[in-house]
Amino acid sequence: MSHIVIVGAGQAGSSLAAKLRDDGFDGDITLIGDETAPPYQRPPLSKDYLLGKMPRDRLFLRADSFYTDRRIVLRTGTPVTRIDPAARTLTFGDEVLSYDQLALTTGSVPRRLPAAIGGDLAGLFTVRTLADIDALEPQVRPGRRVLIIGGGYIGLEAAAVAAKQGLEVTLVELADRILQRVAAPETSDFFRALHSAHGVDIREGVGLSRLIGDGQVAQAELSDGTTLDIDFAIVGAGILPDTALAETAGIACDNGIATDTHGRTSAEGIWAAGDCASFPHGSARLRLESVPNAIDMAECVALNMLGGDREYVPEPWFWSDQYDVKLQIAGLNTGYDRVVIREGEGSRSHWYYAGDRLLAVDAMNDPRAFMVAKRLLAAGKSPDAAAVADASIDLKTLMR
Amino acid sequence: MAKITYIEHNGTEHVVDVANGMTVMEGARDNGIPGIEADCGGACACSTCHVYVAPDWVEKLPEKQDMEEDMLDFAYEPDPARSRLTCQIKVTDALDGLVVQMPEKQI
Repeated sequence: MSHIVIVGAGQAGSSLAAKLRDDGFDGDITLIGDETAPPYQRPPLSKDYLLGKMPRDRLFLRADSFYTDRRIVLRTGTPVTRIDPAARTLTFGDEVLSYDQLALTTGSVPRRLPAAIGGDLAGLFTVRTLADIDALEPQVRPGRRVLIIGGGYIGLEAAAVAAKQGLEVTLVELADRILQRVAAPETSDFFRALHSAHGVDIREGVGLSRLIGDGQVAQAELSDGTTLDIDFAIVGAGILPDTALAETAGIACDNGIATDTHGRTSAEGIWAAGDCASFPHGSARLRLESVPNAIDMAECVALNMLGGDREYVPEPWFWSDQYDVKLQIAGLNTGYDRVVIREGEGSRSHWYYAGDRLLAVDAMNDPRAFMVAKRLLAAGKSPDAAAVADASIDLKTLMR
Repeated sequence: MAKITYIEHNGTEHVVDVANGMTVMEGARDNGIPGIEADCGGACACSTCHVYVAPDWVEKLPEKQDMEEDMLDFAYEPDPARSRLTCQIKVTDALDGLVVQMPEKQI
């Protein structure tokens, strides 16, 4: 009987396991996770779960019966410590498990601050796992002072929750604007204004020099020379693909576990999918940190593990919730040379073009723009920029 | 608690009890019922939890918000009257007996 082992029980791992069964795989499936919880959704962690609006059991991606009914052996709370690709075995706890095929869906880990600048002080939190949020949540109380380090989506979502809960929020971003890595200045401007209106003190082009405290963080020294008194800090400085296991097993890594177009790694019988995997895209490699990529790549890899022959071609999309704004993004804006703005009533969308070619859209409370853009991008169509900018033109007509 | 009937596109029926406060989407998810994907987990950010509500239930459900309405417009073969996103429907006792039918596919 053939045995497929999946290391990493997050969104990608659970999607991969489910897809193997849906596609008729009849052998054994073992899904191993180092966290104690069964596979769960991460996006609500920095939003409704942190706000206390979503109970823990509603985060779980599947009921327990889902795994038993489909004969998926779920082993949580035990990290895999070693893979031996030649012997096709892996070690976790005291056990050695043999596999016929292995999928790595190890996800990513938050970047941490070095100890030299106070990174080992108590009162520092990251936003990645259930355990992270369970530790952070008791800190989020009215009147407390929080420093958020990093103005990406995680930092901004955390800032929104903290501001909503009545905390005194300061956010520093080392780059000259928030969201610099992922969005155009127009989108940064929109979210800066949104956060400022909710009382968040955003300081751009300002880095953290060091955190100071006697065991517990008490102050933050910033690169502009100012010092802040704080009660705690949230580090939202990006995530790194979790490649530790792959690297020690001698599997090729290049900004993530390097796969071919089908999700195969450099080791025979070992595959990778989701946040941890970088795959060929055009003339370069791409690694995406998102739920849709975790699901879609995992499902593609599952099919290929069972003898399929499908290239993974992502159709990237993302979302973020901050205050009463839902941001939905379709496409990847890399290489854009202009941004076309479409303004509606209470909605707004930013359309990224390279010449006449549409690359991506940031839609703020504008689900129609998002959905139209998603369909257009999937079809390889680019609407006329002048029509996009004209709010009197129904977006649906652009799809014809 | 409400007894909800989910009908797959191929006609397979699943009748399950769903607790108050959950969404109709979560009722399908937690009972392993295929045909409702809910990629975004209930954030009203995709449209992959789309169903057609049985005609006699359309009027009894809470009204659609603009966000849901707009997303549905781009779902797979939407029906202006009967289409709903199940992540936006909260279960209450009043939904006891609800019948929903899954579309051919979710996009």
